[in-house]
Amino acid sequence: MEQAAPTFWTKKDLIGIRELSRGEIELILDTAPQFLAVSKRISRIKRVPLLQGRLVVNWFHEPSTRTRTSFELAAKRLSADTLSMTASSSSHVKGETLHDTLANIEAMHADIIVLRHSCAGAPHMLAADHSSHIINAGDGRHEHPTQALLDAFTMRLALRENSANKDATLDGVNVALIGDVEHSRVARSNIFALTKLGAKVTVCGPVALLPAQVEKLGVRATTSLKEALCDADFIYALRIQRERQGKGLFPSLREYVKLFRIDRDSLRFAPDHALVLHPGPINRDLELSTEIADGSRSLVLQQVTNGVAIRMAVMHLLANSQSRQL
Amino acid sequence: MDRNNDVESTVVMDASAMAATLNSMAMAVVNGNPELESLVLLGILRRGEPLAKRLSALIEQTTGIAPPVGALSTTLYRDDLHARSSANVASRSGETYFDFSLEGRTVLLVDDVISAGRTIRAAMGEIMDYGRPKRIQLACLIDRGGRELPIQADYLGYIVHTTADEWISVQLQEVDGEDLILLHERCDK
Amino acid sequence: MSLLIKNGQIIDPANKISGLFDLLIEDGKIKEIGKELQGDDILDATGCIVSPGLVDIHCHFREPGFESKETIATGSQAAARGGVTTVVTMANTNPPIDNAGLVELVIRRAREEACIQVCPAACATKDMHGSEITEMADLKAAGAVAVTDDGKDISSSLVMRHALDYAGMVGLPFLSHSEDETLAAGGAMNEGYCATLMGLPGIPKVAEDIRTDRNIRLAELTGAHIHIQHVSTAASVEIIRLAKKRGARVTAESAPHYFSLTDEATLNFNTNAKMNPPLREQEDVEAIIEGLKDGTLDCIATDHAPHTQTEKRVEFQMAPFGITGLETSLALTMTYLVHPGHVSLEKAVELLCLGGAQVCNLDAGTLTPGACADVAVFDPQEEWTVLSEDFASRSTNSPFIDQTLKGRVRHTICKGKIIYSAP
Repeated sequence: MEQAAPTFWTKKDLIGIRELSRGEIELILDTAPQFLAVSKRISRIKRVPLLQGRLVVNWFHEPSTRTRTSFELAAKRLSADTLSMTASSSSHVKGETLHDTLANIEAMHADIIVLRHSCAGAPHMLAADHSSHIINAGDGRHEHPTQALLDAFTMRLALRENSANKDATLDGVNVALIGDVEHSRVARSNIFALTKLGAKVTVCGPVALLPAQVEKLGVRATTSLKEALCDADFIYALRIQRERQGKGLFPSLREYVKLFRIDRDSLRFAPDHALVLHPGPINRDLELSTEIADGSRSLVLQQVTNGVAIRMAVMHLLANSQSRQL
Repeated sequence: MDRNNDVESTVVMDASAMAATLNSMAMAVVNGNPELESLVLLGILRRGEPLAKRLSALIEQTTGIAPPVGALSTTLYRDDLHARSSANVASRSGETYFDFSLEGRTVLLVDDVISAGRTIRAAMGEIMDYGRPKRIQLACLIDRGGRELPIQADYLGYIVHTTADEWISVQLQEVDGEDLILLHERCDK
Repeated sequence: MSLLIKNGQIIDPANKISGLFDLLIEDGKIKEIGKELQGDDILDATGCIVSPGLVDIHCHFREPGFESKETIATGSQAAARGGVTTVVTMANTNPPIDNAGLVELVIRRAREEACIQVCPAACATKDMHGSEITEMADLKAAGAVAVTDDGKDISSSLVMRHALDYAGMVGLPFLSHSEDETLAAGGAMNEGYCATLMGLPGIPKVAEDIRTDRNIRLAELTGAHIHIQHVSTAASVEIIRLAKKRGARVTAESAPHYFSLTDEATLNFNTNAKMNPPLREQEDVEAIIEGLKDGTLDCIATDHAPHTQTEKRVEFQMAPFGITGLETSLALTMTYLVHPGHVSLEKAVELLCLGGAQVCNLDAGTLTPGACADVAVFDPQEEWTVLSEDFASRSTNSPFIDQTLKGRVRHTICKGKIIYSAP
């Protein structure tokens, strides 16, 4: 199963995990530790000059605090100049097309565009027609590639730290994704990344929140939390959006909590070593109990720390590779 | 390296010559640093780090003071990443690591070979991000010429000015299992 | 003046003719089919099929209201390039064609601008709101050939019943866009594996199927002739097949993209593969082909739905539904139905020409002597590549761009005049 990571990064953009090979995913994961060390170092200057003089534009069409902050911090730690545009400050609301807005940003010589958009495929559409490096920071319910990369990195790091094998991989590791899989770009990107890395993925949630033919993605699907957790090495609680409740996809948050919440009771179904992840922000006590979120089995804050390193690695690989000349 | 051509190799330094060279470099470092307590050594990964450890041990033998040693990976500070074959900084050769402050100290940078000087420039840039040392010195085992920046070693083992057809290989016990420095020359038939 | 088309294989399903004959046209009418005929002008059709001009009963010419997408003039030129000489235009213009005055407007514009025969369909309900039925007798008198709210279904079963009652009474076919809008709401493509991969909200097949069934049953209740538009699912084909067996007055069409593409065509977020109903799956493609073969589906109609580049070059979910079809329907029928051996040339001509004419009771689709001389001359073997710059339509939203197809229109003749010749 073990494949050597390619020495080269050749892609102009990071638009999804579906487009990446296992080798490319591993290259990103292997590049991140250097950057993790930058964030953790004792010096006053937690920054390296790899993107000095480059312009990173954070272009967010959806409200986001943590992803935008993480990208912005990553860009700053690489010494890049950063610019933030939110939907209300961009021209999209005035009827300008995405293509036109991006052409205008590019006319000001932006190097990397970090795009969050509510429509699936928006970054794909732009990447095909524009020369700047596009990083998908979440498109509709489609993909959120840097989230999946930081999740895989976090799981791999936890495995390596908790076992004697400092080269441990995710091959054969069981990961359970719990909750609203249908509307979750985090779930999709994680399914693509984890299956490519050799992990065995189970998705579990109310039936209306599991996507059509999801098994064809190479995962096991179940509506029984007990079944999903019984062999899980990692448990990934997905965010339940409260507004879904009104759409009749499940009867009530109360019943959701009873059937699908990750808490001390439901964790009894899981092996003792199982660790818990969540993409944030957490609806405390809804999909994940406070006790578990803040407890020793939670990797939530490691995910946040690792997120900056992964995004530094991605920006560095995109901007400092010769993809455009190739 | 073009395998179609013959390569002639000459020994620049064997194990005993290397030991003697490091010994005299250590003496020079001691003489150059009356305030030995403020001295710290940073070896540039990969082969500068074991050399720094050896120098520290030699200094301890004569003075009883072992200057602390750290490792410096200059990868993230290089000015030529984009021009190299790849931007691969996947950490295979190690990461920067030291657990002491550089503030007000004398930092002795240690590397095996100095040529263009760009590694040292990157290393100095990185050091500055960690603090403000009182001074930075440089020790190199071999100077093979070809400088592109105005940087010189304060403590130098040996000078071999190589031509375009020549190159130096440094092998160290800790990394390669043997102490040996060779000069290779490509000979066209 | 007469025009003689020589040496071609004449196919005229209405008169069960298929063979090497000459076709003589005089004064805009079919004069004679026979051997060794004489005429003033000669058109050599060696190696070509000579068929009735194609009849496409599902087109959006966008006029009035959306002239930047298409006009009656450009739409009819696109038709000519595709061998199509008669179209039925849909009523979802702005304003919608829901009164006799607007029907007359379309007919007058067509007389002024169109090189082909344009037959307007009119709305079944006022302003296409699905609540009050239109004055169908008046619409018919003005020249409407059918009623339809195409683009949407009538959600109220009661209103649908009344619309069918009345359409049956005045003798107009009801062209039905069958879709449960609550199940389809928000959907951008077929619900299934591809939608799951792409993270796009899906439109389940059953949204089409349950309304196909409801609408046919209401038609049976009222005795009206219902025609199911753009059938895209295997289940709907089966529903229509069973209805025909029990004697319902139902006809149906499918479009070339439903027998040539699956939802995989959207995998790269290509908005030119976004239409409603959406591209389905392989099993549906096979069922559509079977339905065309066994007569469950009566005709091929394109649902020619032009949209501008600007409108289509947006996020997939924001892009409008619809693709152009007039200029590729014959080639797609040859490439995906005839050449793989699913249907004979004769059956293909029947589906493209006669079937639609019969659905809408049009005086078209035959080469009967005395009929209007609408003729298509095409080379079933010639390969050509679909290029956006070649389109006569004002829009180029086709998923077939850059694809090489086998079967090309050489000449299109309408009312005895050559209105298009391939370069």
